[in-house]
Amino acid sequence: MSNTLTLIEVSPAGAIRPSAKMLLAAAARIGNPIAVLALTPGDHGDIVSQLGALGAHHVFLAEFPQADSLLTIPAVDALAAALAHFDSTGAILVTNSVEGRETAGRLAVRIGSGLVLDAIDITVVNESVVAHTSVFGGAFAVESSIQGGPTIVALRQGSIEGEAPAHAAEVKTVSVTSSEIRAAAITSQTDAPTNSSRPDLRSATTVVSGGRGLGSKADFELVEKLADALGAAVGASRAAVDAGYVPHSLQVGQTGTIVTPQLYVALGISGAIQHLAGMQTAKVIVAINKDADAPIFDIADFGIVGDLFAVVPQAIEAIKKLKN
Amino acid sequence: MKIVVLVKQVPDTWGERSLDSATGILDRTSGDNVIDEISERSLEVALRVKDDSEAEVVVLTMGPASAVEALRHCLAMGADSALHVLDDALVGADVTWTSAVLAKAIAQSGFDIVIGGNESTDGRGGVIPAMIAEHLAVPSLTSLSTVKIMADAVSGSRETDYGSLNVNASLPAVISITEQSPEARFPSFKGLMKAKKKPLTVLSLANLEMDPLTSFEISGKSTITAVTRRPARTAGTKIIDDGNAGVQLAEFLVAGRLV
Repeated sequence: MSNTLTLIEVSPAGAIRPSAKMLLAAAARIGNPIAVLALTPGDHGDIVSQLGALGAHHVFLAEFPQADSLLTIPAVDALAAALAHFDSTGAILVTNSVEGRETAGRLAVRIGSGLVLDAIDITVVNESVVAHTSVFGGAFAVESSIQGGPTIVALRQGSIEGEAPAHAAEVKTVSVTSSEIRAAAITSQTDAPTNSSRPDLRSATTVVSGGRGLGSKADFELVEKLADALGAAVGASRAAVDAGYVPHSLQVGQTGTIVTPQLYVALGISGAIQHLAGMQTAKVIVAINKDADAPIFDIADFGIVGDLFAVVPQAIEAIKKLKN
Repeated sequence: MKIVVLVKQVPDTWGERSLDSATGILDRTSGDNVIDEISERSLEVALRVKDDSEAEVVVLTMGPASAVEALRHCLAMGADSALHVLDDALVGADVTWTSAVLAKAIAQSGFDIVIGGNESTDGRGGVIPAMIAEHLAVPSLTSLSTVKIMADAVSGSRETDYGSLNVNASLPAVISITEQSPEARFPSFKGLMKAKKKPLTVLSLANLEMDPLTSFEISGKSTITAVTRRPARTAGTKIIDDGNAGVQLAEFLVAGRLV
């Protein structure tokens, strides 16, 4: 069985990022899963046992004195060192995050390998690995067969469910000499505050999004209230982000996050084609808008023409009653 | 300072976008092709440097003959010159080819800083700037929401999936910017007139001393094996609120086991 490397991202505090679970689950389907990390030398806590619990057979700890103060290059060097250490690597899996993609891009150039970006699934067909991607907001499904090796695949966050069987991971710690390539310096790093009571937008089964129709930042609270009644993540259209109602990290659409939830509720969103590109693969779409001609109604399974501020509070009350 | 701006012509996101069902390659004939908004914003970042100091701004694209429209638009906005890599051997080029070709053109032209968008609206790969940086062996600072370009260095705030980072590097370097950066200026009438006299150079792979048979050899690769168009969604029930729509919505969600 060939080896599959996974690039595990860590937070400034040294905790593994949630996408590790998805990467190792995907890796276990196609080969022997190996977790690769670029870290500063020292005590790494229980990272190894955590990664073993998520299915890593091996954990490759590449230690660099400047792992947390240089951008991207330490991760590229760590993967290159792991490739040299493990024979017959078929695939290298990274998260389709800003950091994961950039690492993948630089590594692909350095080692001369192919690259599949934003894959939503990875399967094995007739013994060859197939990466599945979704193009133009889900209008097209594309399958790419991966030949030779190693090939790098960046997996969309929240796209792969399930987890690999736990394993007692073997650790290999190496001191890596950084490549000669100049890296940008990181002067400070802050994680955005996360609302732990709500699910993550990228992997939520229900998403409630608000648009320009909310009218103000204060009134955007209505979106949050419905989201909490449904146990949903909060999203927004670009118009709402541009108007300053919510940060860009919540933007759903062509230039934001692409979501595929079971239920997508669009509040006061007209349905510009660029927004549809980020949510039209949702299983069920509900839209509420005061404009009966809004294009969002063309793709909504259940559409309500009406005033958000009357319909939504009534719906929240009714949901609470029906749930009890 | 010499600034190279990466420009891409893409299918208009307001129109129909399609893939060739046999090859999986972008169908450029199915809708209007326009300059990507993020390319205009990248040029705006460069032009603001030029507004305040001595700078030469070169716009670079790789694409079919029609991509010249995007370059003309950039010249009218205020870029000094344009480079167009145009070669039939590049039809359907992937990120491996594209980054190698663009890096070669940038190296030939010379640069202090390369500015591109964080991702295009068609491919959405978001890796070209980083790949170019690796080819050129310089730092890459991508997905910058704010950027400050100085005579010998660049710094900015980088938006990631988890938060933000403050980063900096000395030049030469490659950066990419997000749609949080300022909106692009419109070309003025004077700009349009001046653009006609500005140099626009077409480069073939031979001009770049690249051979398609040997320049793009890689060990592992992916080949498109299937392209399927998903059926379009259709409208379902649409009601007009008569004072009871909230309750009807709750009933719809409960009936569909969605709560």
